[in-house]
Amino acid sequence: MKGAQILVECLKREGVDVLFGYPGGANLPTYDALHDSDLKHILVRHEQGAAHMADGYARATGKVGVCLATSGPGATNLVTGIATAFMDSVPMVAITGQVRSYLIGNDAFQEADVCGITRPITKHNYLVKDVRDLARTIREAFYIAATGKPGPVLVDIPVDVSQAEAEFVWPESVEIRGYKPERFIEGHRGQIDKAAKLIVQAKKPVVYVGGGAIMSNATEELRELINLIGAPVTTTCMALGIYPEDQPFSLRMLGMHGAASTNFAVQYCDLLVNVGARFDDRVTGKVDTFSPKSKKIHIDIDPASIGKSVPVDVPIVGDVKRVLKELMKEIQALKQKPDYSGWWEEIHGWQKKHPLTYTQPKGGKLKPQYVLEVLSDLTKGEILMTTDVGQHQMWACQFYRWTKPRTYITSGGLGTMGYGLPAAIGAQFGRPGERVICLTGDGSFVMNIQELATAVDHKLPIKTIILNNANLGMVRQWQEMFYKKRFSYSAMRSPDFAKVAEGFGAKGATISQPEEVRPMLEKILSDKECWVVDCLCDEEEKVFPIIPPGKAIDEMILDMA
Amino acid sequence: MAKHILSVLVENKFGVLARIASLIAGRGFNIDSLAVGETEDPTASRMTIVVDGDDKTVEQVKKQLNRLVDVISVQDLTRQDHLDRELILCKVAVTPKTRPELVEIAKTLEAQVADAGVKNITILLVGDQAKVKTLLELVKPYGVKEIVRTGRVALARDV
Repeated sequence: MKGAQILVECLKREGVDVLFGYPGGANLPTYDALHDSDLKHILVRHEQGAAHMADGYARATGKVGVCLATSGPGATNLVTGIATAFMDSVPMVAITGQVRSYLIGNDAFQEADVCGITRPITKHNYLVKDVRDLARTIREAFYIAATGKPGPVLVDIPVDVSQAEAEFVWPESVEIRGYKPERFIEGHRGQIDKAAKLIVQAKKPVVYVGGGAIMSNATEELRELINLIGAPVTTTCMALGIYPEDQPFSLRMLGMHGAASTNFAVQYCDLLVNVGARFDDRVTGKVDTFSPKSKKIHIDIDPASIGKSVPVDVPIVGDVKRVLKELMKEIQALKQKPDYSGWWEEIHGWQKKHPLTYTQPKGGKLKPQYVLEVLSDLTKGEILMTTDVGQHQMWACQFYRWTKPRTYITSGGLGTMGYGLPAAIGAQFGRPGERVICLTGDGSFVMNIQELATAVDHKLPIKTIILNNANLGMVRQWQEMFYKKRFSYSAMRSPDFAKVAEGFGAKGATISQPEEVRPMLEKILSDKECWVVDCLCDEEEKVFPIIPPGKAIDEMILDMA
Repeated sequence: MAKHILSVLVENKFGVLARIASLIAGRGFNIDSLAVGETEDPTASRMTIVVDGDDKTVEQVKKQLNRLVDVISVQDLTRQDHLDRELILCKVAVTPKTRPELVEIAKTLEAQVADAGVKNITILLVGDQAKVKTLLELVKPYGVKEIVRTGRVALARDV
């Protein structure tokens, strides 16, 4: 078999059902092999789109996403998408073409040192120098991407390796002496015992859940734990929906734009149970003032995430799902019903005093939050939303009620504008029956707008909703609040998005009045076409509360009044 | 702040040194020295990395190194009985008058005169940090022209 055929055979054996990619000189052998294969390949319009699609597919399904690109510019166009996946621990394999082995280092046409460029943004990467190593390398790449703390792995294959002949040998097992993720699956017994005792003895606990719990497919266990102990639970934007937000134990999202009552609870609790989150700076605010009186339990599969920014009293290295199961057994064995009633009273007081709110004035400009409230009311959590980055991303966290895991897909760590639309396409391929919505802003949408062509090409019924405030809204908000209203290059004039959509072969509409929102959303949600709805919103609207940069999490600004 | 000696066993493959260097630079860690060479197993290399930092920083360095797929094991030798040595070549200005003095210094420290010229002599010393420091202090008044050091290499001692 030729190297390229070996690659395609390996992808099949790994159970890959769809690839996102773009052909070019250095991966032509691969595309030639794909021509004879029944593997589904989606032709994107820009390689960045391919990486985000693979990422969106992976987050929606939990499986490894795969993207392909040629050497040089093809590979460098993947870089933002790989970094996005790396920051959010998304399992992905990126396969790039490389110039011929003997030309490497020669500044050949379309040559870039892709392994060098992607070293800090991949979990691991490979340059395949011998066709006999190819099958084993692909096998290892999928194994590394999907196990432990998941992440992107890149495999760079020179043209001559793709063309070389070799016998196909499928390695039955993977043995990497420097990579033993199975060592980090079971949590330490003694630590789990300690954690259980702290939980039943606590008076004011908060459970704080992050993306790791989603990666570990621990929804059921997490819900059981919360219902068992009756503790308040808050999530980062990476874990929205893991506990239903319409249930009383839910404190919804915490952090820079979390509800005030939630941040107060985190700040004043006596026990903080971190489940698969990483004490990100958007959650902790000024780190040395963060939740000063609490004992901290941290469950994480990655030892390096524990104690990185916040000191922890009970570290538990392990897979969230397994650890939660053990933890519940321990708690039950203690036969001590914790009593958090006084704590709940305190939290309810904060919730009453500082509700998450906004006002949609009658006959006034359209408020972006209103669009999300109506969407939430119409769909009741039965959607899969991808977003871009900025105000709309945070309003979606605040004003949509999330009730299921893997339904809110966003670039949380890297904060990549342009992520939403390609991620929606990847998610739709992964979950064809799902109602997929891409929520975006007028700034973000144009960063990968070309992928509308891909969506229309494949008749994907994706609905893009633009919260258009004719500005880079979050930049404008920071300029207004922290840069003396000096609005430096944050206003932008956008094209007529409805017409642009029509040009791409999608359906387009523009609305600007609150009373248009419900009928328009009802209309597109019941339609099978690909839609772009441009919602012209109030540019003055801001995301509140906000923890100002460098401040403690109880020093939120609640509104401008 | 204290110096920690990390002994890191890695795959002997191209690009591994770059991975380690890139991780250390990218995460903002400070290192004093890094020495690398093949081991008794030709598929593995041992790196001795001297890190300057508090316990929390060194803990992070160790954990981050352990995350690399090509890293087989990380040992913090500072916490156990170990041997460590460094090789230094030190070129010093010499005159007919000072030559015997410098040869005497070398002899006292069990160093060698590796090269002797009209204007310079080069002293080669293998020793621990105290010995290296002593050599540098003793030759300083004569005028040091050039120095090259390997960085420390270390091994755990049998107990």
